[in-house]
Amino acid sequence: MIEVNNIYKTFFVPHEVKALVDVSNKIELGEVVVVIGPSGSGKSTFLRCLNRLETADTGQILVDGVDIFDPKTNINTVRAEMGMVFQSFNLFPHLSILGNVSIAQKLVRKRSKKDREKKAMMLLEKVGIGDKAHAYPSNLSGGQQQRVAIARALAMDPKIMLFDEPTSALDPEMIGEVLDVMKALAKEGMTMVCVTHEMGFAREVADRVIFMDEGQVIEEGTPEHFFTNPENDRTKLFLNQIL
Amino acid sequence: MDTKTSNIQRLSNPTARWLSIAGFFAVMFLVIGSVYYATYTVDYIWRWYKVPKYFAYVETVKIYSDSMGEVKEIKPNGDKFDLVIGGGQGDKTYTVPEDSYNLNEGDLVNEGERIAEYPGGWKPGLLTIGLWTTLKISFISTIIGILLGIIGGVARVSDTPVLKWTAITYVEIIRGSPLLVQIMIAYFVLGTTINKLLAMNGFGIINPEWYGIAALSIFTGAYVVEIVRAGIESIHPGQIEAARSSGMNYFQSMYHIILPQALKTILPPLAGQFINLIKDSSLLGMISIRELTKATREGITTSLQTFELWILCAILYLLMTFTLSMFIQYLERRTATK
Repeated sequence: MIEVNNIYKTFFVPHEVKALVDVSNKIELGEVVVVIGPSGSGKSTFLRCLNRLETADTGQILVDGVDIFDPKTNINTVRAEMGMVFQSFNLFPHLSILGNVSIAQKLVRKRSKKDREKKAMMLLEKVGIGDKAHAYPSNLSGGQQQRVAIARALAMDPKIMLFDEPTSALDPEMIGEVLDVMKALAKEGMTMVCVTHEMGFAREVADRVIFMDEGQVIEEGTPEHFFTNPENDRTKLFLNQIL
Repeated sequence: MDTKTSNIQRLSNPTARWLSIAGFFAVMFLVIGSVYYATYTVDYIWRWYKVPKYFAYVETVKIYSDSMGEVKEIKPNGDKFDLVIGGGQGDKTYTVPEDSYNLNEGDLVNEGERIAEYPGGWKPGLLTIGLWTTLKISFISTIIGILLGIIGGVARVSDTPVLKWTAITYVEIIRGSPLLVQIMIAYFVLGTTINKLLAMNGFGIINPEWYGIAALSIFTGAYVVEIVRAGIESIHPGQIEAARSSGMNYFQSMYHIILPQALKTILPPLAGQFINLIKDSSLLGMISIRELTKATREGITTSLQTFELWILCAILYLLMTFTLSMFIQYLERRTATK
Protein backbone atom coordinates (compact mmCIF):
# COMPACT_ATOMS: atom_id res chain seq x y z
CA MET A 1 0.00 0.00 0.00
CA ILE A 2 2.78 2.41 1.00
CA GLU A 3 6.37 1.75 0.12
CA VAL A 4 9.08 3.94 1.66
CA ASN A 5 12.50 3.59 0.03
CA ASN A 6 15.62 5.05 1.61
CA ILE A 7 14.36 8.52 2.55
CA TYR A 8 16.61 11.16 4.07
CA LYS A 9 15.50 14.44 5.59
CA THR A 10 17.66 17.12 7.18
CA PHE A 11 16.40 20.30 8.80
CA PHE A 12 18.60 23.36 9.07
CA VAL A 13 16.56 25.31 11.58
CA PRO A 14 18.34 26.44 13.69
CA HIS A 15 21.11 23.84 13.46
CA GLU A 16 21.54 20.89 11.19
CA VAL A 17 19.27 18.13 12.44
CA LYS A 18 19.17 14.77 10.68
CA ALA A 19 15.49 13.96 11.07
CA LEU A 20 15.45 10.89 8.81
CA VAL A 21 18.42 8.79 7.87
CA ASP A 22 17.90 6.06 5.28
CA VAL A 23 14.42 5.04 6.37
CA SER A 24 12.69 2.28 4.43
CA ASN A 25 9.45 0.54 5.21
CA LYS A 26 6.44 -1.11 3.74
CA ILE A 27 2.91 -0.69 5.02
CA GLU A 28 0.41 -3.28 3.87
CA LEU A 29 -3.31 -2.85 3.33
CA GLY A 30 -5.24 -3.35 6.56
CA GLU A 31 -2.14 -3.15 8.72
CA VAL A 32 -1.99 -1.14 11.94
CA VAL A 33 1.53 0.22 12.40
CA VAL A 34 2.53 2.05 15.57
CA VAL A 35 5.64 4.21 15.47
CA ILE A 36 7.27 4.91 18.84
CA GLY A 37 10.46 6.56 19.96
CA PRO A 38 11.82 9.38 22.08
CA SER A 39 11.02 12.97 21.11
CA GLY A 40 13.18 14.24 18.28
CA SER A 41 13.61 10.75 16.90
CA GLY A 42 12.06 11.66 13.53
CA LYS A 43 8.86 9.67 13.91
CA SER A 44 6.58 12.65 13.23
CA THR A 45 8.71 13.68 10.24
CA PHE A 46 8.41 10.13 8.91
CA LEU A 47 4.62 10.30 9.22
CA ARG A 48 4.42 13.75 7.66
CA CYS A 49 6.49 12.57 4.70
CA LEU A 50 3.86 9.93 3.93
CA ASN A 51 1.41 12.60 2.66
CA ARG A 52 4.11 15.07 1.65
CA LEU A 53 3.51 17.59 4.43
CA GLU A 54 7.30 17.29 4.49
CA THR A 55 9.32 16.55 1.39
CA ALA A 56 12.19 14.10 1.78
CA ASP A 57 15.59 15.27 0.54
CA THR A 58 16.26 12.00 -1.24
CA GLY A 59 14.45 8.71 -1.50
CA GLN A 60 11.07 7.66 -2.73
CA ILE A 61 7.63 7.05 -1.30
CA LEU A 62 5.09 5.12 -3.33
CA VAL A 63 1.45 5.31 -2.30
CA ASP A 64 -0.54 2.72 -4.25
CA GLY A 65 2.33 2.74 -6.73
CA VAL A 66 2.28 6.55 -7.16
CA ASP A 67 5.53 8.37 -6.47
CA ILE A 68 4.36 11.24 -4.27
CA PHE A 69 7.57 13.29 -4.58
CA ASP A 70 7.27 13.31 -8.36
CA PRO A 71 6.38 16.90 -9.35
CA LYS A 72 3.91 15.54 -11.91
CA THR A 73 1.88 13.79 -9.20
CA ASN A 74 -1.27 15.64 -8.18
CA ILE A 75 -0.70 15.50 -4.45
CA ASN A 76 -4.25 16.61 -3.68
CA THR A 77 -5.76 13.43 -5.09
CA VAL A 78 -3.25 11.35 -3.10
CA ARG A 79 -3.96 13.28 0.09
CA ALA A 80 -7.71 12.87 -0.38
CA GLU A 81 -7.19 9.13 0.12
CA MET A 82 -5.14 9.64 3.31
CA GLY A 83 -6.81 10.97 6.46
CA MET A 84 -4.59 12.77 8.93
CA VAL A 85 -5.15 13.49 12.63
CA PHE A 86 -2.88 15.99 14.38
CA GLN A 87 -1.63 16.36 17.91
CA SER A 88 -3.21 19.81 18.22
CA PHE A 89 -6.50 18.76 16.51
CA ASN A 90 -6.36 21.71 14.07
CA LEU A 91 -10.14 21.96 13.79
CA PHE A 92 -11.30 25.00 11.81
CA PRO A 93 -12.48 27.38 14.55
CA HIS A 94 -14.67 29.48 12.24
CA LEU A 95 -16.77 26.50 11.15
CA SER A 96 -19.29 24.50 13.15
CA ILE A 97 -18.55 20.84 13.90
CA LEU A 98 -20.79 19.88 11.00
CA GLY A 99 -18.95 22.39 8.79
CA ASN A 100 -15.59 20.97 9.82
CA VAL A 101 -16.61 17.46 8.82
CA SER A 102 -18.34 18.63 5.62
CA ILE A 103 -16.04 21.18 4.03
CA ALA A 104 -13.51 18.85 2.41
CA GLN A 105 -16.32 16.58 1.23
CA LYS A 106 -17.77 19.62 -0.50
CA LEU A 107 -14.55 21.04 -1.99
CA VAL A 108 -12.66 17.86 -2.81
CA ARG A 109 -15.26 15.11 -3.17
CA LYS A 110 -17.89 17.50 -4.61
CA ARG A 111 -20.66 15.78 -2.68
CA SER A 112 -24.13 17.29 -2.49
CA LYS A 113 -25.16 19.07 0.70
CA LYS A 114 -27.54 16.24 1.58
CA ASP A 115 -24.92 13.53 1.04
CA ARG A 116 -22.15 15.24 2.94
CA GLU A 117 -24.33 16.13 5.90
CA LYS A 118 -25.66 12.60 6.06
CA LYS A 119 -22.11 11.27 6.01
CA ALA A 120 -20.99 13.83 8.61
CA MET A 121 -23.84 13.00 10.99
CA MET A 122 -23.20 9.27 10.59
CA LEU A 123 -19.51 9.73 11.49
CA LEU A 124 -20.23 12.11 14.36
CA GLU A 125 -22.65 9.53 15.81
CA LYS A 126 -19.94 6.93 15.37
CA VAL A 127 -17.39 8.92 17.37
CA GLY A 128 -20.07 9.74 19.94
CA ILE A 129 -20.70 13.47 19.44
CA GLY A 130 -23.74 13.57 17.20
CA ASP A 131 -25.46 15.97 19.61
CA LYS A 132 -22.72 18.61 19.16
CA ALA A 133 -23.01 18.92 15.38
CA HIS A 134 -23.99 22.59 15.52
CA ALA A 135 -21.55 23.64 18.23
CA TYR A 136 -18.21 25.30 17.45
CA PRO A 137 -14.81 23.74 18.20
CA SER A 138 -14.13 26.16 21.06
CA ASN A 139 -17.17 24.80 22.91
CA LEU A 140 -15.77 21.26 22.94
CA SER A 141 -13.33 19.54 25.27
CA GLY A 142 -9.98 18.37 23.89
CA GLY A 143 -11.13 14.75 23.67
CA GLN A 144 -14.27 15.75 21.83
CA GLN A 145 -12.28 17.95 19.44
CA GLN A 146 -9.92 15.13 18.62
CA ARG A 147 -12.85 12.79 17.93
CA VAL A 148 -14.27 15.42 15.56
CA ALA A 149 -10.86 15.57 13.88
CA ILE A 150 -11.00 11.80 13.36
CA ALA A 151 -14.52 12.07 11.94
CA ARG A 152 -13.33 14.89 9.67
CA ALA A 153 -10.55 12.68 8.29
CA LEU A 154 -12.89 9.68 7.90
CA ALA A 155 -15.44 11.76 5.99
CA MET A 156 -13.22 11.57 2.92
CA ASP A 157 -13.43 7.74 2.93
CA PRO A 158 -9.64 7.45 3.16
CA LYS A 159 -7.82 4.22 2.44
CA ILE A 160 -5.33 4.94 5.19
CA MET A 161 -5.34 7.00 8.38
CA LEU A 162 -2.27 8.78 9.74
CA PHE A 163 -2.23 9.73 13.44
CA ASP A 164 0.42 12.16 14.66
CA GLU A 165 0.48 11.79 18.46
CA PRO A 166 -3.31 12.14 18.67
CA THR A 167 -3.48 11.90 22.47
CA SER A 168 -0.39 13.87 23.51
CA ALA A 169 -2.21 17.17 23.94
CA LEU A 170 -5.10 15.68 25.90
CA ASP A 171 -5.89 15.66 29.58
CA PRO A 172 -5.40 12.11 30.96
CA GLU A 173 -9.11 11.49 31.49
CA MET A 174 -9.84 12.20 27.83
CA ILE A 175 -7.21 9.93 26.31
CA GLY A 176 -9.41 6.87 26.70
CA GLU A 177 -12.30 8.18 24.61
CA VAL A 178 -10.00 8.95 21.68
CA LEU A 179 -8.17 5.64 21.92
CA ASP A 180 -11.52 3.81 21.96
CA VAL A 181 -12.43 5.42 18.63
CA MET A 182 -9.06 4.46 17.18
CA LYS A 183 -9.36 0.88 18.43
CA ALA A 184 -12.80 0.56 16.86
CA LEU A 185 -11.33 1.85 13.61
CA ALA A 186 -8.51 -0.71 13.74
CA LYS A 187 -11.02 -3.51 14.32
CA GLU A 188 -12.89 -2.46 11.18
CA GLY A 189 -9.73 -3.18 9.23
CA MET A 190 -8.63 0.40 8.51
CA THR A 191 -5.01 0.76 7.48
CA MET A 192 -3.43 2.96 10.15
CA VAL A 193 -0.05 4.49 10.92
CA CYS A 194 0.06 5.95 14.45
CA VAL A 195 2.83 7.90 16.07
CA THR A 196 2.04 7.64 19.75
CA HIS A 197 3.36 7.29 23.27
CA GLU A 198 0.42 5.08 24.29
CA MET A 199 2.16 1.76 24.85
CA GLY A 200 -1.08 0.09 25.96
CA PHE A 201 -2.66 1.01 22.66
CA ALA A 202 0.38 -0.26 20.75
CA ARG A 203 0.33 -3.57 22.58
CA GLU A 204 -3.40 -4.03 22.09
CA VAL A 205 -4.06 -3.09 18.48
CA ALA A 206 -0.76 -2.84 16.59
CA ASP A 207 0.11 -5.44 13.99
CA ARG A 208 3.62 -4.10 13.95
CA VAL A 209 5.61 -1.69 16.13
CA ILE A 210 8.41 0.44 14.72
CA PHE A 211 10.93 1.96 17.12
CA MET A 212 12.81 4.99 15.85
CA ASP A 213 15.72 6.92 17.31
CA GLU A 214 17.92 9.64 15.83
CA GLY A 215 16.17 9.43 12.49
CA GLN A 216 16.65 5.71 12.05
CA VAL A 217 14.44 2.66 12.40
CA ILE A 218 16.18 0.82 15.23
CA GLU A 219 13.89 -2.13 15.61
CA GLU A 220 10.52 -3.35 14.41
CA GLY A 221 8.33 -6.34 15.03
CA THR A 222 5.07 -7.62 16.45
CA PRO A 223 4.02 -6.09 19.79
CA GLU A 224 4.58 -9.40 21.62
CA HIS A 225 8.12 -9.61 20.38
CA PHE A 226 8.77 -5.92 20.80
CA PHE A 227 7.55 -5.48 24.36
CA THR A 228 8.63 -8.84 25.79
CA ASN A 229 12.09 -9.45 24.36
CA PRO A 230 13.47 -6.44 22.49
CA GLU A 231 16.87 -7.09 20.96
CA ASN A 232 18.44 -3.66 20.61
CA ASP A 233 19.94 -1.94 23.64
CA ARG A 234 18.44 1.42 22.78
CA THR A 235 15.00 -0.16 22.57
CA LYS A 236 15.50 -1.76 25.97
CA LEU A 237 16.60 1.54 27.47
CA PHE A 238 13.62 3.38 26.01
CA LEU A 239 11.14 0.76 27.18
CA ASN A 240 12.67 0.78 30.64
CA GLN A 241 12.24 4.53 30.87
CA ILE A 242 8.69 4.57 29.59
CA LEU A 243 7.11 1.43 31.12
CA MET B 1 -13.21 54.38 57.60
CA ASP B 2 -9.96 54.59 55.73
CA THR B 3 -9.12 58.20 55.03
CA LYS B 4 -7.03 57.35 51.99
CA THR B 5 -8.93 57.10 48.71
CA SER B 6 -7.67 55.79 45.40
CA ASN B 7 -8.04 57.70 42.17
CA ILE B 8 -10.77 55.34 41.09
CA GLN B 9 -12.76 56.03 44.24
CA ARG B 10 -12.19 59.72 43.76
CA LEU B 11 -13.66 59.62 40.25
CA SER B 12 -16.60 57.51 41.32
CA ASN B 13 -17.55 60.30 43.69
CA PRO B 14 -20.43 62.01 41.80
CA THR B 15 -19.31 65.59 42.47
CA ALA B 16 -15.76 64.90 41.32
CA ARG B 17 -17.07 63.17 38.23
CA TRP B 18 -19.30 66.08 37.28
CA LEU B 19 -16.48 68.53 37.89
CA SER B 20 -14.25 66.48 35.63
CA ILE B 21 -16.85 66.44 32.86
CA ALA B 22 -17.34 70.18 33.25
CA GLY B 23 -13.56 70.54 33.03
CA PHE B 24 -13.56 68.76 29.65
CA PHE B 25 -16.14 71.14 28.23
CA ALA B 26 -14.29 74.08 29.72
CA VAL B 27 -11.09 73.06 27.93
CA MET B 28 -12.92 72.60 24.61
CA PHE B 29 -14.71 75.93 25.03
CA LEU B 30 -11.46 77.67 25.88
CA VAL B 31 -9.60 76.32 22.84
CA ILE B 32 -12.38 77.07 20.33
CA GLY B 33 -13.18 80.38 22.03
CA SER B 34 -9.62 81.64 21.91
CA VAL B 35 -9.24 80.74 18.22
CA TYR B 36 -12.47 82.57 17.49
CA TYR B 37 -11.42 85.55 19.53
CA ALA B 38 -8.03 85.68 17.84
CA THR B 39 -9.67 85.79 14.40
CA TYR B 40 -11.75 88.79 15.50
CA THR B 41 -8.58 90.49 16.66
CA VAL B 42 -7.14 90.21 13.16
CA ASP B 43 -10.42 91.60 11.74
CA TYR B 44 -11.68 88.47 10.09
CA ILE B 45 -15.39 88.76 9.44
CA TRP B 46 -17.22 85.47 9.80
CA ARG B 47 -20.04 85.04 7.31
CA TRP B 48 -21.47 81.61 8.02
CA TYR B 49 -24.70 82.65 6.30
CA LYS B 50 -22.85 82.56 2.99
CA VAL B 51 -21.98 78.90 3.45
CA PRO B 52 -25.25 77.00 2.78
CA LYS B 53 -25.22 77.88 -0.90
CA TYR B 54 -22.07 75.78 -1.27
CA PHE B 55 -24.15 72.75 -0.36
CA ALA B 56 -27.24 73.51 -2.42
CA TYR B 57 -28.80 76.54 -3.98
CA VAL B 58 -31.86 77.46 -6.01
CA GLU B 59 -30.86 78.10 -9.56
CA THR B 60 -32.12 81.29 -11.19
CA VAL B 61 -33.47 80.61 -14.66
CA LYS B 62 -33.21 83.49 -17.12
CA ILE B 63 -35.00 83.44 -20.47
CA TYR B 64 -33.61 85.55 -23.30
CA SER B 65 -35.33 86.38 -26.54
CA ASP B 66 -33.84 84.74 -29.62
CA SER B 67 -34.85 87.48 -31.99
CA MET B 68 -36.20 90.99 -32.14
CA GLY B 69 -39.97 91.20 -32.32
CA GLU B 70 -43.27 92.17 -30.81
CA VAL B 71 -45.15 90.40 -28.05
CA LYS B 72 -48.18 89.24 -30.01
CA GLU B 73 -50.05 87.34 -27.40
CA ILE B 74 -49.90 86.28 -23.75
CA LYS B 75 -52.16 83.32 -23.02
CA PRO B 76 -52.42 81.01 -20.02
CA ASN B 77 -51.14 77.49 -20.46
CA GLY B 78 -52.00 75.42 -17.39
CA ASP B 79 -50.53 77.29 -14.42
CA LYS B 80 -47.94 78.94 -16.69
CA PHE B 81 -48.16 81.47 -19.46
CA ASP B 82 -47.20 81.30 -23.15
CA LEU B 83 -45.50 84.42 -24.50
CA VAL B 84 -45.79 84.50 -28.28
CA ILE B 85 -43.22 86.80 -29.85
CA GLY B 86 -43.48 87.48 -33.56
CA GLY B 87 -40.45 88.57 -35.52
CA GLY B 88 -38.73 88.30 -38.85
CA GLN B 89 -38.31 84.53 -38.62
CA GLY B 90 -41.91 83.90 -37.58
CA ASP B 91 -43.60 83.41 -34.19
CA LYS B 92 -41.81 81.92 -31.24
CA THR B 93 -43.47 80.74 -28.01
CA TYR B 94 -41.82 80.91 -24.55
CA THR B 95 -43.55 79.12 -21.66
CA VAL B 96 -42.78 80.84 -18.34
CA PRO B 97 -44.35 80.92 -14.83
CA GLU B 98 -46.68 83.65 -13.74
CA ASP B 99 -45.07 86.90 -12.50
CA SER B 100 -41.70 86.02 -13.98
CA TYR B 101 -42.04 88.49 -16.82
CA ASN B 102 -42.66 92.17 -17.07
CA LEU B 103 -44.16 92.46 -20.54
CA ASN B 104 -47.49 93.35 -22.04
CA GLU B 105 -49.00 92.47 -25.38
CA GLY B 106 -47.68 94.82 -27.99
CA ASP B 107 -44.31 95.47 -26.28
CA LEU B 108 -41.19 95.30 -28.38
CA VAL B 109 -38.30 93.07 -27.38
CA ASN B 110 -34.76 93.17 -28.70
CA GLU B 111 -32.67 90.15 -29.61
CA GLY B 112 -30.97 88.83 -26.47
CA GLU B 113 -33.20 90.81 -24.14
CA ARG B 114 -34.14 89.13 -20.91
CA ILE B 115 -37.85 88.42 -21.06
CA ALA B 116 -38.29 86.38 -17.90
CA GLU B 117 -36.47 85.40 -14.73
CA TYR B 118 -37.68 82.86 -12.16
CA PRO B 119 -36.28 80.42 -9.59
CA GLY B 120 -35.60 77.00 -11.05
CA GLY B 121 -34.93 73.77 -9.13
CA TRP B 122 -32.39 73.02 -6.40
CA LYS B 123 -28.83 72.52 -7.60
CA PRO B 124 -25.97 70.84 -5.69
CA GLY B 125 -23.35 73.33 -4.52
CA LEU B 126 -19.59 73.06 -4.90
CA LEU B 127 -19.03 71.30 -1.59
CA THR B 128 -21.73 68.73 -2.34
CA ILE B 129 -20.19 68.01 -5.73
CA GLY B 130 -16.75 67.70 -4.13
CA LEU B 131 -18.04 65.51 -1.32
CA TRP B 132 -19.75 63.21 -3.79
CA THR B 133 -16.60 62.92 -5.93
CA THR B 134 -14.47 62.16 -2.88
CA LEU B 135 -16.95 59.50 -1.71
CA LYS B 136 -17.17 57.94 -5.16
CA ILE B 137 -13.40 57.87 -5.68
CA SER B 138 -12.72 56.54 -2.19
CA PHE B 139 -15.36 53.84 -2.53
CA ILE B 140 -14.11 52.55 -5.88
CA SER B 141 -10.46 52.74 -4.75
CA THR B 142 -11.30 50.85 -1.54
CA ILE B 143 -12.89 48.00 -3.49
CA ILE B 144 -9.97 47.76 -5.95
CA GLY B 145 -7.48 48.17 -3.09
CA ILE B 146 -9.03 45.26 -1.17
CA LEU B 147 -8.94 43.04 -4.25
CA LEU B 148 -5.31 43.95 -5.02
CA GLY B 149 -4.39 43.48 -1.36
CA ILE B 150 -5.97 40.05 -1.00
CA ILE B 151 -4.55 38.75 -4.28
CA GLY B 152 -1.15 40.27 -3.46
CA GLY B 153 -1.24 39.01 0.14
CA VAL B 154 -1.97 35.44 -0.91
CA ALA B 155 0.77 35.71 -3.55
CA ARG B 156 3.14 37.17 -0.95
CA VAL B 157 2.94 34.09 1.32
CA SER B 158 3.07 31.55 -1.51
CA ASP B 159 6.23 29.58 -2.28
CA THR B 160 6.08 30.16 -6.04
CA PRO B 161 8.76 32.71 -7.01
CA VAL B 162 6.72 34.35 -9.79
CA LEU B 163 3.92 35.14 -7.35
CA LYS B 164 6.01 35.90 -4.28
CA TRP B 165 8.62 38.09 -5.99
CA THR B 166 6.03 40.00 -8.01
CA ALA B 167 4.16 40.78 -4.81
CA ILE B 168 7.34 41.87 -2.99
CA THR B 169 8.41 44.11 -5.88
CA TYR B 170 4.97 45.71 -6.08
CA VAL B 171 4.90 46.44 -2.35
CA GLU B 172 8.44 47.79 -2.15
CA ILE B 173 8.16 50.05 -5.21
CA ILE B 174 4.82 51.54 -4.22
CA ARG B 175 5.71 52.04 -0.56
CA GLY B 176 8.97 53.67 -1.51
CA SER B 177 7.69 56.81 -3.19
CA PRO B 178 5.25 59.57 -2.19
CA LEU B 179 1.63 59.21 -3.24
CA LEU B 180 1.66 62.67 -4.79
CA VAL B 181 4.48 61.64 -7.11
CA GLN B 182 2.63 58.46 -8.01
CA ILE B 183 -0.51 60.45 -8.83
CA MET B 184 1.56 62.71 -11.09
CA ILE B 185 3.11 59.69 -12.82
CA ALA B 186 -0.28 58.02 -13.19
CA TYR B 187 -1.78 61.09 -14.82
CA PHE B 188 1.03 62.86 -16.65
CA VAL B 189 3.12 59.85 -17.70
CA LEU B 190 0.77 56.88 -17.95
CA GLY B 191 -2.30 59.01 -18.59
CA THR B 192 -0.72 60.93 -21.44
CA THR B 193 0.63 57.75 -23.03
CA ILE B 194 -2.58 55.80 -22.71
CA ASN B 195 -4.79 58.65 -23.88
CA LYS B 196 -2.56 59.26 -26.91
CA LEU B 197 -2.58 55.56 -27.76
CA LEU B 198 -6.36 55.51 -27.43
CA ALA B 199 -6.73 58.62 -29.59
CA MET B 200 -4.43 57.20 -32.26
CA ASN B 201 -6.59 54.11 -32.46
CA GLY B 202 -9.81 56.05 -32.61
CA PHE B 203 -11.05 55.59 -29.04
CA GLY B 204 -12.17 58.29 -26.63
CA ILE B 205 -9.79 59.38 -23.88
CA ILE B 206 -10.10 58.26 -20.27
CA ASN B 207 -11.29 60.75 -17.66
CA PRO B 208 -8.59 61.96 -15.18
CA GLU B 209 -10.77 60.57 -12.36
CA TRP B 210 -9.88 57.06 -13.44
CA TYR B 211 -6.16 57.75 -13.34
CA GLY B 212 -6.66 59.16 -9.87
CA ILE B 213 -8.59 56.07 -8.81
CA ALA B 214 -5.86 53.84 -10.29
CA ALA B 215 -3.11 55.69 -8.40
CA LEU B 216 -5.02 55.60 -5.09
CA SER B 217 -6.02 51.95 -5.31
CA ILE B 218 -2.57 50.74 -6.35
CA PHE B 219 -1.05 52.76 -3.48
CA THR B 220 -3.54 51.44 -0.91
CA GLY B 221 -3.30 47.90 -2.32
CA ALA B 222 0.42 47.75 -1.53
CA TYR B 223 -0.25 48.47 2.15
CA VAL B 224 -3.17 46.04 2.23
CA VAL B 225 -0.87 43.30 0.87
CA GLU B 226 1.27 43.62 3.99
CA ILE B 227 -1.79 43.73 6.25
CA VAL B 228 -3.22 40.59 4.62
CA ARG B 229 0.17 38.86 4.85
CA ALA B 230 0.41 39.61 8.56
CA GLY B 231 -3.16 38.33 8.99
CA ILE B 232 -2.43 35.09 7.15
CA GLU B 233 0.80 34.55 9.08
CA SER B 234 -1.05 35.03 12.36
CA ILE B 235 -3.03 31.84 11.67
CA HIS B 236 -1.53 28.68 13.17
CA PRO B 237 0.28 26.66 10.44
CA GLY B 238 -1.67 23.60 11.58
CA GLN B 239 -4.74 25.12 9.95
CA ILE B 240 -3.32 25.04 6.45
CA GLU B 241 -1.79 21.61 7.11
CA ALA B 242 -5.18 20.28 8.16
CA ALA B 243 -6.78 21.79 5.08
CA ARG B 244 -4.11 20.62 2.66
CA SER B 245 -3.91 17.11 4.15
CA SER B 246 -7.62 16.63 3.44
CA GLY B 247 -6.92 17.19 -0.25
CA MET B 248 -7.90 20.84 -0.65
CA ASN B 249 -5.65 22.78 -2.99
CA TYR B 250 -3.75 25.91 -1.99
CA PHE B 251 -6.40 28.39 -3.08
CA GLN B 252 -9.29 26.44 -1.58
CA SER B 253 -7.42 26.30 1.74
CA MET B 254 -6.72 30.04 1.58
CA TYR B 255 -10.24 31.06 0.61
CA HIS B 256 -12.23 28.71 2.85
CA ILE B 257 -9.94 28.19 5.85
CA ILE B 258 -7.24 30.83 6.26
CA LEU B 259 -8.74 34.11 5.00
CA PRO B 260 -11.99 33.87 7.02
CA GLN B 261 -9.90 33.46 10.17
CA ALA B 262 -7.35 36.09 9.18
CA LEU B 263 -10.14 38.64 8.68
CA LYS B 264 -10.32 39.24 12.43
CA THR B 265 -6.68 40.36 12.63
CA ILE B 266 -6.88 42.20 9.32
CA LEU B 267 -9.88 44.42 10.04
CA PRO B 268 -8.44 46.99 12.50
CA PRO B 269 -5.34 47.95 10.44
CA LEU B 270 -7.49 47.82 7.31
CA ALA B 271 -9.77 50.47 8.80
CA GLY B 272 -6.81 52.75 9.36
CA GLN B 273 -5.68 52.20 5.78
CA PHE B 274 -9.04 53.16 4.30
CA ILE B 275 -9.35 56.19 6.53
CA ASN B 276 -5.99 57.24 5.11
CA LEU B 277 -7.33 56.60 1.63
CA ILE B 278 -10.20 59.05 2.12
CA LYS B 279 -7.78 61.69 3.38
CA ASP B 280 -5.22 60.97 0.65
CA SER B 281 -7.84 61.50 -2.04
CA SER B 282 -7.42 65.21 -1.29
CA LEU B 283 -4.22 65.06 -3.36
CA LEU B 284 -6.20 64.30 -6.51
CA GLY B 285 -7.02 67.99 -6.84
CA MET B 286 -3.52 68.26 -8.29
CA ILE B 287 -4.66 66.50 -11.46
CA SER B 288 -7.78 68.66 -11.75
CA ILE B 289 -10.22 66.25 -10.20
CA ARG B 290 -12.79 68.31 -8.35
CA GLU B 291 -12.87 66.40 -5.08
CA LEU B 292 -13.71 67.98 -1.74
CA THR B 293 -10.42 69.84 -1.22
CA LYS B 294 -10.32 71.25 -4.73
CA ALA B 295 -14.01 72.19 -4.52
CA THR B 296 -13.26 74.04 -1.28
CA ARG B 297 -10.40 75.91 -2.95
CA GLU B 298 -12.70 76.88 -5.81
CA GLY B 299 -15.34 78.02 -3.36
CA ILE B 300 -12.82 80.22 -1.61
CA THR B 301 -11.70 81.92 -4.82
CA THR B 302 -15.26 83.08 -5.45
CA SER B 303 -16.44 83.81 -1.91
CA LEU B 304 -13.20 84.67 -0.07
CA GLN B 305 -14.72 82.98 3.01
CA THR B 306 -11.42 81.19 3.67
CA PHE B 307 -11.90 80.31 7.33
CA GLU B 308 -15.44 79.01 7.09
CA LEU B 309 -14.88 76.84 4.05
CA TRP B 310 -11.62 75.22 5.21
CA ILE B 311 -13.12 74.44 8.61
CA LEU B 312 -16.18 73.01 6.93
CA CYS B 313 -13.99 70.98 4.60
CA ALA B 314 -12.17 69.45 7.58
CA ILE B 315 -15.47 68.66 9.30
CA LEU B 316 -16.77 66.91 6.18
CA TYR B 317 -13.63 64.72 6.03
CA LEU B 318 -14.05 63.98 9.72
CA LEU B 319 -17.65 62.91 9.12
CA MET B 320 -16.59 60.47 6.39
CA THR B 321 -13.69 58.95 8.30
CA PHE B 322 -15.69 58.71 11.53
CA THR B 323 -18.56 56.91 9.77
CA LEU B 324 -16.12 54.44 8.22
CA SER B 325 -14.43 53.83 11.53
CA MET B 326 -17.81 53.15 13.19
CA PHE B 327 -18.74 50.76 10.39
CA ILE B 328 -15.50 48.79 10.77
CA GLN B 329 -15.97 48.60 14.52
CA TYR B 330 -19.40 47.13 13.86
CA LEU B 331 -17.83 44.53 11.53
CA GLU B 332 -15.22 43.70 14.17
CA ARG B 333 -17.93 43.06 16.74
CA ARG B 334 -19.74 40.83 14.30
CA THR B 335 -16.70 38.71 13.42
CA ALA B 336 -15.70 38.53 17.09
CA THR B 337 -18.87 36.70 18.15
CA LYS B 338 -17.85 33.50 16.37
